[in-house]
Amino acid sequence: MKILVCISKSPDTTSKIAFTDGNTKFDENGVQYIVNPYDEWYALVRGLELKEQLGGSVTIVTVGQAVDDAVIRKALAIGADDAVRIDAEPVDAYYTATQISSYAKENNFDLILTGKETINYNGSQVGGMIAEELDLPFISLAEKLDISGTTATLEQEIVGGVQVVEVELPFVASCAKGMAEQRIPNMRGIMAARTKPLTVVAPVEVEAMTSYASYTLPAAKSACKMIDPDNMDELVALLHNEAKVL
Amino acid sequence: MSILVYITTNNGVGKSAFEAVTYAKKIGGDVTVLTTGTCEASSLETLGQYGASKVLVDRSVTTNEAQLISKVIASAVEANGSDVIVFSHDIVAKSVAPRLSVKLKAGLVSGATSLPSTDGGFSCSVNVFSGKAFGNVSVKSDKKIISLLPNSIQPEITGANCGVEEFNGNAGESRVKVLSTKKPEGDIPLPEAELVVSAGRGLKGPENWGMVEDLAKEIGAATACSRPVADIGWRPHHEHVGQTGVAIRPNLYIAAGISGAIQHLAGVNGSKVIVVINTDAEAPFFKAADYGVLGDAFEVLPKLTEAIKKFKASNN
Repeated sequence: MKILVCISKSPDTTSKIAFTDGNTKFDENGVQYIVNPYDEWYALVRGLELKEQLGGSVTIVTVGQAVDDAVIRKALAIGADDAVRIDAEPVDAYYTATQISSYAKENNFDLILTGKETINYNGSQVGGMIAEELDLPFISLAEKLDISGTTATLEQEIVGGVQVVEVELPFVASCAKGMAEQRIPNMRGIMAARTKPLTVVAPVEVEAMTSYASYTLPAAKSACKMIDPDNMDELVALLHNEAKVL
Repeated sequence: MSILVYITTNNGVGKSAFEAVTYAKKIGGDVTVLTTGTCEASSLETLGQYGASKVLVDRSVTTNEAQLISKVIASAVEANGSDVIVFSHDIVAKSVAPRLSVKLKAGLVSGATSLPSTDGGFSCSVNVFSGKAFGNVSVKSDKKIISLLPNSIQPEITGANCGVEEFNGNAGESRVKVLSTKKPEGDIPLPEAELVVSAGRGLKGPENWGMVEDLAKEIGAATACSRPVADIGWRPHHEHVGQTGVAIRPNLYIAAGISGAIQHLAGVNGSKVIVVINTDAEAPFFKAADYGVLGDAFEVLPKLTEAIKKFKASNN
Protein backbone atom coordinates (compact mmCIF):
# COMPACT_ATOMS: atom_id res chain seq x y z
CA MET A 1 0.00 0.00 0.00
CA LYS A 2 1.73 3.17 -1.25
CA ILE A 3 0.24 6.32 0.26
CA LEU A 4 1.01 9.87 -0.85
CA VAL A 5 0.13 12.70 1.56
CA CYS A 6 0.15 16.24 0.14
CA ILE A 7 1.12 18.91 2.63
CA SER A 8 1.29 22.67 2.52
CA LYS A 9 2.84 25.13 4.93
CA SER A 10 0.60 27.66 6.64
CA PRO A 11 1.22 30.43 9.17
CA ASP A 12 0.70 29.37 12.79
CA THR A 13 -2.99 29.83 13.68
CA THR A 14 -2.14 32.68 16.09
CA SER A 15 -0.12 34.64 13.48
CA LYS A 16 -0.85 38.30 12.97
CA ILE A 17 -1.98 38.73 9.37
CA ALA A 18 -0.37 41.72 7.63
CA PHE A 19 0.83 42.59 4.12
CA THR A 20 3.82 44.38 2.58
CA ASP A 21 4.92 45.76 -0.81
CA GLY A 22 1.81 47.89 -1.28
CA ASN A 23 -0.44 45.09 0.05
CA THR A 24 0.67 42.65 -2.65
CA LYS A 25 2.63 40.22 -0.42
CA PHE A 26 1.96 38.42 2.84
CA ASP A 27 4.20 39.89 5.56
CA GLU A 28 6.27 36.94 6.79
CA ASN A 29 8.01 39.04 9.43
CA GLY A 30 7.85 37.11 12.71
CA VAL A 31 5.55 34.45 11.24
CA GLN A 32 6.11 30.87 12.34
CA TYR A 33 5.20 28.33 9.64
CA ILE A 34 3.55 25.05 10.52
CA VAL A 35 2.24 22.11 8.54
CA ASN A 36 -1.28 23.09 7.48
CA PRO A 37 -3.43 21.59 10.30
CA TYR A 38 -5.83 19.70 8.00
CA ASP A 39 -2.92 18.14 6.11
CA GLU A 40 -1.17 17.14 9.32
CA TRP A 41 -3.91 16.17 11.78
CA TYR A 42 -6.18 14.39 9.37
CA ALA A 43 -4.45 13.42 6.10
CA LEU A 44 -1.00 12.54 7.41
CA VAL A 45 -2.08 10.87 10.64
CA ARG A 46 -4.76 8.75 8.91
CA GLY A 47 -2.18 7.81 6.26
CA LEU A 48 0.18 6.64 9.01
CA GLU A 49 -2.57 4.67 10.77
CA LEU A 50 -3.45 2.88 7.52
CA LYS A 51 0.20 2.04 6.93
CA GLU A 52 0.51 0.69 10.47
CA GLN A 53 -2.56 -1.45 9.90
CA LEU A 54 -1.98 -2.63 6.33
CA GLY A 55 1.76 -2.22 5.72
CA GLY A 56 3.35 -0.18 2.95
CA SER A 57 4.75 3.32 2.94
CA VAL A 58 3.77 6.95 3.44
CA THR A 59 5.43 9.60 1.29
CA ILE A 60 4.96 13.31 1.93
CA VAL A 61 4.92 15.69 -1.03
CA THR A 62 4.94 19.47 -1.06
CA VAL A 63 5.56 22.17 -3.65
CA GLY A 64 7.95 24.70 -2.17
CA GLN A 65 11.43 26.07 -1.83
CA ALA A 66 14.48 25.15 0.27
CA VAL A 67 13.23 27.33 3.14
CA ASP A 68 10.23 24.98 3.44
CA ASP A 69 12.40 21.98 4.34
CA ALA A 70 11.92 22.88 8.03
CA VAL A 71 8.16 22.37 7.68
CA ILE A 72 8.73 19.08 5.83
CA ARG A 73 10.95 17.86 8.68
CA LYS A 74 8.14 18.67 11.12
CA ALA A 75 5.84 16.40 9.13
CA LEU A 76 8.50 13.68 8.89
CA ALA A 77 8.87 13.82 12.69
CA ILE A 78 5.26 12.70 13.01
CA GLY A 79 6.15 9.56 11.11
CA ALA A 80 6.25 9.40 7.29
CA ASP A 81 8.90 7.28 5.54
CA ASP A 82 10.22 9.88 3.14
CA ALA A 83 9.43 13.24 1.61
CA VAL A 84 9.53 14.87 -1.81
CA ARG A 85 9.81 18.60 -2.36
CA ILE A 86 8.98 19.83 -5.82
CA ASP A 87 11.29 22.78 -6.09
CA ALA A 88 9.03 25.68 -7.08
CA GLU A 89 6.94 28.50 -5.66
CA PRO A 90 3.32 27.20 -5.44
CA VAL A 91 1.82 30.06 -7.48
CA ASP A 92 -1.79 28.85 -7.50
CA ALA A 93 -3.77 25.68 -6.86
CA TYR A 94 -3.67 24.58 -10.51
CA TYR A 95 0.11 25.01 -10.69
CA THR A 96 0.55 23.12 -7.41
CA ALA A 97 -1.84 20.30 -8.33
CA THR A 98 -0.19 19.84 -11.72
CA GLN A 99 3.23 19.51 -10.09
CA ILE A 100 1.95 16.91 -7.64
CA SER A 101 -0.02 14.92 -10.22
CA SER A 102 3.02 14.82 -12.56
CA TYR A 103 5.07 13.36 -9.73
CA ALA A 104 2.30 10.94 -8.72
CA LYS A 105 1.84 9.73 -12.32
CA GLU A 106 5.41 8.43 -12.34
CA ASN A 107 5.14 6.73 -8.95
CA ASN A 108 1.83 4.81 -8.88
CA PHE A 109 0.34 5.51 -5.49
CA ASP A 110 -2.65 3.51 -4.20
CA LEU A 111 -4.03 6.41 -2.22
CA ILE A 112 -3.51 10.19 -2.33
CA LEU A 113 -4.61 12.24 0.68
CA THR A 114 -4.86 16.02 1.16
CA GLY A 115 -6.30 18.20 3.91
CA LYS A 116 -9.73 19.68 3.18
CA GLU A 117 -8.22 23.14 2.63
CA THR A 118 -5.31 25.27 3.80
CA ILE A 119 -5.91 27.80 6.55
CA ASN A 120 -4.20 30.57 4.58
CA TYR A 121 -5.82 30.35 1.13
CA ASN A 122 -8.88 28.24 2.04
CA GLY A 123 -9.38 27.30 -1.61
CA SER A 124 -10.18 23.59 -1.20
CA GLN A 125 -8.93 23.11 -4.78
CA VAL A 126 -5.74 21.05 -4.97
CA GLY A 127 -7.20 17.60 -4.13
CA GLY A 128 -9.97 17.76 -6.74
CA MET A 129 -7.56 19.07 -9.36
CA ILE A 130 -5.08 16.22 -8.75
CA ALA A 131 -7.95 13.73 -9.09
CA GLU A 132 -9.02 15.22 -12.41
CA GLU A 133 -5.47 15.30 -13.75
CA LEU A 134 -4.97 11.64 -12.84
CA ASP A 135 -8.54 10.65 -13.84
CA LEU A 136 -9.18 9.24 -10.36
CA PRO A 137 -12.30 9.38 -8.19
CA PHE A 138 -12.26 12.20 -5.62
CA ILE A 139 -13.87 11.89 -2.21
CA SER A 140 -14.05 15.34 -0.66
CA LEU A 141 -14.39 16.20 3.04
CA ALA A 142 -13.82 12.63 4.20
CA GLU A 143 -14.35 12.11 7.93
CA LYS A 144 -13.65 8.37 7.99
CA LEU A 145 -11.60 6.09 5.76
CA ASP A 146 -11.15 2.33 6.05
CA ILE A 147 -9.55 0.02 3.53
CA SER A 148 -10.09 -3.68 3.04
CA GLY A 149 -8.19 -5.32 0.18
CA THR A 150 -8.52 -2.91 -2.73
CA THR A 151 -11.82 -1.41 -1.59
CA ALA A 152 -12.20 1.66 0.59
CA THR A 153 -15.21 2.74 2.61
CA LEU A 154 -15.44 6.42 3.47
CA GLU A 155 -17.78 8.75 5.28
CA GLN A 156 -17.92 12.20 3.76
CA GLU A 157 -19.68 15.39 4.66
CA ILE A 158 -22.62 16.30 2.41
CA VAL A 159 -25.07 19.19 2.63
CA GLY A 160 -26.77 18.76 6.00
CA GLY A 161 -25.38 15.32 6.80
CA VAL A 162 -22.98 12.49 6.13
CA GLN A 163 -22.81 9.95 3.29
CA VAL A 164 -21.10 6.54 3.31
CA VAL A 165 -19.41 5.64 0.00
CA GLU A 166 -17.41 2.77 -1.41
CA VAL A 167 -14.64 3.18 -3.96
CA GLU A 168 -11.84 1.06 -5.42
CA LEU A 169 -8.18 2.05 -5.03
CA PRO A 170 -6.57 4.21 -6.29
CA PHE A 171 -8.37 7.47 -5.51
CA VAL A 172 -7.86 10.92 -3.99
CA ALA A 173 -9.51 12.03 -0.73
CA SER A 174 -9.52 15.36 1.09
CA CYS A 175 -9.56 14.87 4.84
CA ALA A 176 -11.64 16.72 7.44
CA LYS A 177 -12.26 16.57 11.14
CA GLY A 178 -13.01 13.12 12.53
CA MET A 179 -10.50 11.33 10.29
CA ALA A 180 -7.83 10.96 12.98
CA GLU A 181 -6.51 12.48 16.19
CA GLN A 182 -3.58 14.87 16.21
CA ARG A 183 -0.23 13.18 16.98
CA ILE A 184 2.47 15.03 18.89
CA PRO A 185 5.93 14.08 17.57
CA ASN A 186 8.19 12.49 20.20
CA MET A 187 11.94 12.99 20.56
CA ARG A 188 12.70 9.79 18.65
CA GLY A 189 10.54 10.95 15.78
CA ILE A 190 12.18 14.37 15.70
CA MET A 191 15.68 12.81 15.68
CA ALA A 192 14.72 10.27 13.01
CA ALA A 193 13.22 13.02 10.82
CA ARG A 194 16.66 14.62 10.42
CA THR A 195 18.00 11.65 8.47
CA LYS A 196 14.88 10.55 6.56
CA PRO A 197 15.17 10.89 2.78
CA LEU A 198 14.01 14.26 1.43
CA THR A 199 14.20 14.22 -2.35
CA VAL A 200 14.14 17.47 -4.28
CA VAL A 201 12.44 17.15 -7.68
CA ALA A 202 12.54 19.70 -10.52
CA PRO A 203 9.13 21.19 -11.41
CA VAL A 204 7.37 20.57 -14.72
CA GLU A 205 6.57 23.44 -17.08
CA VAL A 206 3.04 24.75 -16.45
CA GLU A 207 1.28 28.14 -16.47
CA ALA A 208 -0.69 29.23 -13.41
CA MET A 209 -4.24 30.35 -14.22
CA THR A 210 -4.77 32.72 -11.28
CA SER A 211 -2.72 35.05 -9.10
CA TYR A 212 -3.23 37.29 -6.07
CA ALA A 213 -3.02 40.88 -7.28
CA SER A 214 -3.47 42.42 -3.82
CA TYR A 215 -4.79 41.92 -0.30
CA THR A 216 -6.86 44.03 2.08
CA LEU A 217 -7.59 43.73 5.78
CA PRO A 218 -11.20 43.96 6.95
CA ALA A 219 -12.29 47.36 8.29
CA ALA A 220 -11.79 47.70 12.04
CA LYS A 221 -14.87 47.04 14.14
CA SER A 222 -16.34 50.02 15.98
CA ALA A 223 -16.48 49.70 19.76
CA CYS A 224 -18.74 47.05 21.23
CA LYS A 225 -21.96 48.48 22.68
CA MET A 226 -22.48 47.06 26.16
CA ILE A 227 -26.04 46.17 27.24
CA ASP A 228 -27.25 45.71 30.82
CA PRO A 229 -27.88 41.96 31.38
CA ASP A 230 -31.18 42.85 33.05
CA ASN A 231 -32.37 44.76 30.02
CA MET A 232 -32.66 42.26 27.20
CA ASP A 233 -35.57 44.25 25.76
CA GLU A 234 -33.01 46.90 24.85
CA LEU A 235 -30.82 44.34 23.07
CA VAL A 236 -33.80 43.04 21.09
CA ALA A 237 -34.78 46.62 20.18
CA LEU A 238 -31.23 47.39 19.01
CA LEU A 239 -31.04 44.20 16.96
CA HIS A 240 -34.35 45.11 15.36
CA ASN A 241 -34.05 48.88 14.86
CA GLU A 242 -30.31 49.56 14.63
CA ALA A 243 -28.70 46.36 13.35
CA LYS A 244 -31.87 45.32 11.47
CA VAL A 245 -31.13 41.61 11.82
CA LEU A 246 -34.25 40.56 13.72
CA MET B 1 -21.08 37.10 -22.34
CA SER B 2 -22.65 33.71 -21.66
CA ILE B 3 -22.81 32.55 -18.05
CA LEU B 4 -23.65 29.10 -16.75
CA VAL B 5 -24.74 28.70 -13.12
CA TYR B 6 -24.61 25.22 -11.60
CA ILE B 7 -26.95 24.81 -8.63
CA THR B 8 -27.56 21.98 -6.19
CA THR B 9 -31.10 21.29 -5.09
CA ASN B 10 -32.34 19.60 -1.96
CA ASN B 11 -35.95 18.78 -2.89
CA GLY B 12 -36.31 22.37 -3.98
CA VAL B 13 -34.40 25.46 -4.94
CA GLY B 14 -32.78 27.26 -2.02
CA LYS B 15 -31.49 30.70 -1.15
CA SER B 16 -27.94 29.93 -2.29
CA ALA B 17 -29.27 29.22 -5.80
CA PHE B 18 -31.15 32.56 -5.86
CA GLU B 19 -27.94 34.28 -4.76
CA ALA B 20 -25.84 32.58 -7.46
CA VAL B 21 -28.33 33.43 -10.24
CA THR B 22 -28.66 37.06 -9.04
CA TYR B 23 -24.85 37.28 -9.02
CA ALA B 24 -24.59 35.88 -12.56
CA LYS B 25 -27.24 38.30 -13.80
CA LYS B 26 -25.25 41.19 -12.30
CA ILE B 27 -22.09 40.10 -14.11
CA GLY B 28 -24.12 40.78 -17.25
CA GLY B 29 -25.03 38.65 -20.25
CA ASP B 30 -27.18 35.60 -20.82
CA VAL B 31 -27.64 33.37 -17.75
CA THR B 32 -28.34 29.65 -18.14
CA VAL B 33 -28.84 27.51 -15.04
CA LEU B 34 -27.83 23.85 -14.91
CA THR B 35 -28.78 21.34 -12.26
CA THR B 36 -28.68 17.59 -11.77
CA GLY B 37 -31.05 15.36 -9.84
CA THR B 38 -34.74 15.12 -9.19
CA CYS B 39 -35.88 18.69 -8.55
CA GLU B 40 -39.31 19.50 -9.97
CA ALA B 41 -39.65 21.88 -12.91
CA SER B 42 -42.23 23.97 -11.00
CA SER B 43 -39.52 24.83 -8.50
CA LEU B 44 -36.72 25.30 -11.06
CA GLU B 45 -38.69 27.70 -13.28
CA THR B 46 -38.74 30.29 -10.45
CA LEU B 47 -35.01 30.86 -11.11
CA GLY B 48 -36.17 32.91 -14.12
CA GLN B 49 -37.34 35.57 -11.67
CA TYR B 50 -33.74 36.07 -10.54
CA GLY B 51 -32.40 36.42 -14.07
CA ALA B 52 -32.08 32.95 -15.65
CA SER B 53 -33.15 32.74 -19.31
CA LYS B 54 -33.53 28.97 -19.06
CA VAL B 55 -32.85 26.04 -16.74
CA LEU B 56 -31.27 22.79 -17.94
CA VAL B 57 -31.71 19.66 -15.86
CA ASP B 58 -29.85 16.36 -16.23
CA ARG B 59 -31.97 13.85 -14.32
CA SER B 60 -29.63 10.92 -15.00
CA VAL B 61 -27.23 12.08 -12.27
CA THR B 62 -28.80 11.58 -8.85
CA THR B 63 -25.72 11.64 -6.59
CA ASN B 64 -23.29 14.43 -5.76
CA GLU B 65 -20.35 12.59 -7.35
CA ALA B 66 -17.84 15.17 -8.55
CA GLN B 67 -16.67 13.39 -11.70
CA LEU B 68 -20.18 12.90 -13.11
CA ILE B 69 -21.31 16.43 -12.29
CA SER B 70 -18.16 18.00 -13.74
CA LYS B 71 -18.71 16.05 -16.99
CA VAL B 72 -22.31 17.27 -17.24
CA ILE B 73 -21.23 20.86 -16.61
CA ALA B 74 -18.47 20.60 -19.25
CA SER B 75 -21.07 19.35 -21.78
CA ALA B 76 -23.37 22.28 -20.97
CA VAL B 77 -20.48 24.75 -21.23
CA GLU B 78 -19.75 23.41 -24.69
CA ALA B 79 -23.41 23.42 -25.78
CA ASN B 80 -23.94 27.00 -24.56
CA GLY B 81 -20.53 28.49 -25.34
CA SER B 82 -20.31 29.65 -21.72
CA ASP B 83 -17.49 32.04 -20.75
CA VAL B 84 -18.06 32.12 -17.00
CA ILE B 85 -19.31 29.31 -14.74
CA VAL B 86 -20.78 30.27 -11.35
CA PHE B 87 -21.24 28.00 -8.31
CA SER B 88 -22.47 28.68 -4.81
CA HIS B 89 -19.43 27.80 -2.66
CA ASP B 90 -21.00 24.79 -0.95
CA ILE B 91 -19.81 21.25 -0.30
CA VAL B 92 -20.66 20.07 -3.82
CA ALA B 93 -18.90 23.02 -5.45
CA LYS B 94 -15.77 22.32 -3.41
CA SER B 95 -15.44 18.90 -5.02
CA VAL B 96 -16.80 19.68 -8.51
CA ALA B 97 -15.28 23.11 -9.29
CA PRO B 98 -11.60 22.02 -9.02
CA ARG B 99 -12.24 19.08 -11.39
CA LEU B 100 -14.02 21.38 -13.82
CA SER B 101 -11.20 23.92 -13.61
CA VAL B 102 -8.71 21.31 -14.87
CA LYS B 103 -11.15 19.91 -17.46
CA LEU B 104 -11.89 23.33 -19.02
CA LYS B 105 -8.49 24.92 -18.24
CA ALA B 106 -10.51 27.63 -16.52
CA GLY B 107 -9.06 29.55 -13.56
CA LEU B 108 -11.06 29.02 -10.37
CA VAL B 109 -11.95 31.70 -7.83
CA SER B 110 -12.95 29.90 -4.60
CA GLY B 111 -15.17 31.70 -2.13
CA ALA B 112 -15.74 34.95 -4.04
CA THR B 113 -17.20 37.78 -1.97
CA SER B 114 -17.67 40.37 -4.73
CA LEU B 115 -18.70 40.76 -8.34
CA PRO B 116 -15.75 40.46 -10.72
CA SER B 117 -14.00 43.61 -11.81
CA THR B 118 -13.26 43.66 -15.53
CA ASP B 119 -11.08 46.78 -15.52
CA GLY B 120 -7.93 45.69 -17.36
CA GLY B 121 -8.46 41.98 -16.75
CA PHE B 122 -10.77 39.89 -14.60
CA SER B 123 -10.45 39.87 -10.84
CA CYS B 124 -12.56 39.01 -7.85
CA SER B 125 -12.37 39.45 -4.07
CA VAL B 126 -12.11 36.29 -1.92
CA ASN B 127 -11.78 35.48 1.76
CA VAL B 128 -8.24 34.39 2.69
CA PHE B 129 -6.41 33.59 5.92
CA SER B 130 -9.61 32.05 7.27
CA GLY B 131 -11.56 35.29 7.04
CA LYS B 132 -8.81 37.47 8.51
CA ALA B 133 -8.17 39.21 5.15
CA PHE B 134 -9.47 39.58 1.60
CA GLY B 135 -7.43 38.73 -1.48
CA ASN B 136 -7.97 40.08 -4.96
CA VAL B 137 -7.61 37.12 -7.34
CA SER B 138 -6.96 37.83 -10.96
CA VAL B 139 -7.85 35.14 -13.51
CA LYS B 140 -5.81 34.82 -16.70
CA SER B 141 -7.53 31.95 -18.51
CA ASP B 142 -10.18 32.53 -21.22
CA LYS B 143 -12.88 30.71 -19.31
CA LYS B 144 -13.43 31.51 -15.66
CA ILE B 145 -15.06 29.73 -12.74
CA ILE B 146 -16.39 31.64 -9.72
CA SER B 147 -17.55 29.87 -6.58
CA LEU B 148 -19.58 32.47 -4.68
CA LEU B 149 -19.44 32.54 -0.88
CA PRO B 150 -23.00 32.16 0.51
CA ASN B 151 -24.60 35.30 2.00
CA SER B 152 -22.38 37.63 -0.10
CA ILE B 153 -25.20 39.05 -2.21
CA GLN B 154 -28.91 39.73 -1.68
CA PRO B 155 -31.16 37.76 -4.11
CA GLU B 156 -33.14 40.14 -6.36
CA ILE B 157 -36.29 39.38 -8.32
CA THR B 158 -36.12 41.10 -11.70
CA GLY B 159 -38.21 39.00 -14.06
CA ALA B 160 -40.65 36.15 -14.61
CA ASN B 161 -40.42 32.35 -14.54
CA CYS B 162 -38.33 30.76 -17.28
CA GLY B 163 -38.45 27.54 -19.25
CA VAL B 164 -37.00 24.26 -17.96
CA GLU B 165 -35.39 21.88 -20.46
CA GLU B 166 -34.16 18.33 -20.05
CA PHE B 167 -30.43 18.03 -20.75
CA ASN B 168 -28.26 14.99 -21.34
CA GLY B 169 -24.67 15.71 -20.33
CA ASN B 170 -23.36 12.17 -20.99
CA ALA B 171 -22.22 11.75 -17.40
CA GLY B 172 -21.30 8.07 -17.76
CA GLU B 173 -20.88 5.62 -14.90
CA SER B 174 -19.78 6.61 -11.41
CA ARG B 175 -16.84 4.85 -9.78
CA VAL B 176 -18.08 5.90 -6.35
CA LYS B 177 -20.93 3.86 -4.85
CA VAL B 178 -23.15 5.55 -2.26
CA LEU B 179 -23.98 2.99 0.44
CA SER B 180 -26.07 5.18 2.73
CA THR B 181 -26.75 8.74 3.84
CA LYS B 182 -27.40 10.12 7.31
CA LYS B 183 -29.20 13.43 7.57
CA PRO B 184 -30.43 14.85 10.84
CA GLU B 185 -34.06 15.87 10.38
CA GLY B 186 -35.34 19.40 10.65
CA ASP B 187 -32.05 21.18 11.35
CA ILE B 188 -31.10 24.35 9.48
CA PRO B 189 -27.76 23.66 7.72
CA LEU B 190 -25.22 25.84 9.50
CA PRO B 191 -23.42 27.36 6.47
CA GLU B 192 -26.77 28.59 5.07
CA ALA B 193 -28.22 29.91 8.31
CA GLU B 194 -28.89 33.66 8.52
CA LEU B 195 -29.09 33.60 12.30
CA VAL B 196 -26.85 31.48 14.53
CA VAL B 197 -26.83 30.94 18.29
CA SER B 198 -23.59 29.47 19.54
CA ALA B 199 -22.21 28.44 22.92
CA GLY B 200 -18.97 27.26 24.45
CA ARG B 201 -17.45 25.80 27.58
CA GLY B 202 -19.11 28.52 29.64
CA LEU B 203 -22.27 26.40 29.51
CA LYS B 204 -20.60 23.81 31.73
CA GLY B 205 -22.21 20.71 30.23
CA PRO B 206 -24.28 19.32 27.32
CA GLU B 207 -27.36 19.11 29.56
CA ASN B 208 -27.50 22.92 29.61
CA TRP B 209 -27.93 23.32 25.84
CA GLY B 210 -31.72 23.52 26.20
CA MET B 211 -31.57 27.29 26.69
CA VAL B 212 -29.38 27.67 23.58
CA GLU B 213 -31.87 25.63 21.56
CA ASP B 214 -34.82 27.57 23.03
CA LEU B 215 -33.36 30.88 21.88
CA ALA B 216 -32.42 29.45 18.47
CA LYS B 217 -35.94 28.09 18.02
CA GLU B 218 -37.52 31.38 19.02
CA ILE B 219 -35.65 33.35 16.33
CA GLY B 220 -35.37 30.52 13.76
CA ALA B 221 -31.60 30.20 14.09
CA ALA B 222 -29.18 27.32 13.67
CA THR B 223 -27.09 26.23 16.66
CA ALA B 224 -23.29 26.13 16.73
CA CYS B 225 -20.49 25.62 19.24
CA SER B 226 -16.82 26.25 19.92
CA ARG B 227 -14.08 23.71 19.28
CA PRO B 228 -13.53 22.45 22.88
CA VAL B 229 -17.24 21.69 23.17
CA ALA B 230 -17.19 19.56 20.00
CA ASP B 231 -13.91 17.91 21.01
CA ILE B 232 -15.22 16.72 24.36
CA GLY B 233 -18.37 15.46 22.68
CA TRP B 234 -20.94 17.84 24.20
CA ARG B 235 -22.07 18.77 20.69
CA PRO B 236 -21.69 17.11 17.25
CA HIS B 237 -18.60 18.03 15.19
CA HIS B 238 -20.66 19.55 12.38
CA GLU B 239 -21.68 22.33 14.79
CA HIS B 240 -18.08 23.38 15.45
CA VAL B 241 -17.39 26.82 13.97
CA GLY B 242 -13.88 28.24 13.79
CA GLN B 243 -10.63 27.98 11.94
CA THR B 244 -10.61 24.19 11.85
CA GLY B 245 -14.38 23.78 11.82
CA VAL B 246 -17.05 25.42 9.69
CA ALA B 247 -16.60 29.04 8.62
CA ILE B 248 -19.89 30.91 8.66
CA ARG B 249 -21.07 34.44 7.85
CA PRO B 250 -24.63 34.81 9.10
CA ASN B 251 -26.44 38.12 9.55
CA LEU B 252 -26.47 37.58 13.31
CA TYR B 253 -24.13 35.50 15.47
CA ILE B 254 -24.94 35.23 19.17
CA ALA B 255 -22.11 33.68 21.21
CA ALA B 256 -22.63 32.68 24.84
CA GLY B 257 -19.83 31.45 27.08
CA ILE B 258 -17.21 31.60 24.31
CA SER B 259 -14.09 33.63 25.10
CA GLY B 260 -13.32 34.30 21.42
CA ALA B 261 -9.88 32.80 20.79
CA ILE B 262 -8.37 33.92 17.48
CA GLN B 263 -9.08 30.48 15.97
CA HIS B 264 -12.77 30.79 16.82
CA LEU B 265 -12.97 34.35 15.46
CA ALA B 266 -11.51 33.14 12.16
CA GLY B 267 -14.66 31.10 11.58
CA VAL B 268 -17.19 33.79 12.47
CA ASN B 269 -15.68 37.20 11.74
CA GLY B 270 -17.59 37.39 8.47
CA SER B 271 -20.84 37.66 10.49
CA LYS B 272 -22.66 40.95 9.91
CA VAL B 273 -23.60 41.46 13.58
CA ILE B 274 -22.01 39.72 16.59
CA VAL B 275 -23.55 39.59 20.08
CA VAL B 276 -21.30 38.29 22.85
CA ILE B 277 -22.54 37.11 26.24
CA ASN B 278 -19.75 36.43 28.74
CA THR B 279 -19.04 36.74 32.46
CA ASP B 280 -15.44 37.81 31.80
CA ALA B 281 -15.08 41.49 30.87
CA GLU B 282 -11.60 40.67 29.54
CA ALA B 283 -12.88 38.02 27.07
CA PRO B 284 -11.26 38.87 23.69
CA PHE B 285 -14.58 38.24 21.93
CA PHE B 286 -15.93 41.61 23.17
CA LYS B 287 -13.37 43.33 20.90
CA ALA B 288 -14.89 41.63 17.86
CA ALA B 289 -18.50 42.13 18.99
CA ASP B 290 -21.08 44.75 18.02
CA TYR B 291 -23.14 44.22 21.17
CA GLY B 292 -21.87 42.80 24.44
CA VAL B 293 -23.64 41.55 27.55
CA LEU B 294 -21.44 41.18 30.62
CA GLY B 295 -23.33 38.49 32.47
CA ASP B 296 -23.96 34.82 33.11
CA ALA B 297 -25.27 32.92 30.08
CA PHE B 298 -27.47 30.89 32.45
CA GLU B 299 -29.40 34.06 33.30
CA VAL B 300 -28.97 36.08 30.11
CA LEU B 301 -30.04 33.45 27.54
CA PRO B 302 -33.48 32.75 29.11
CA LYS B 303 -34.03 36.50 29.57
CA LEU B 304 -33.14 37.14 25.95
CA THR B 305 -35.52 34.38 24.82
CA GLU B 306 -38.31 35.97 26.92
CA ALA B 307 -37.55 39.41 25.48
CA ILE B 308 -37.77 38.00 21.95
CA LYS B 309 -41.14 36.37 22.74
CA LYS B 310 -42.41 39.67 24.10
CA PHE B 311 -41.13 41.53 21.04
CA LYS B 312 -42.77 39.05 18.67
CA ALA B 313 -46.08 39.24 20.53
CA SER B 314 -46.11 43.05 20.45
CA ASN B 315 -45.24 43.11 16.75
CA ASN B 316 -48.05 40.82 15.68
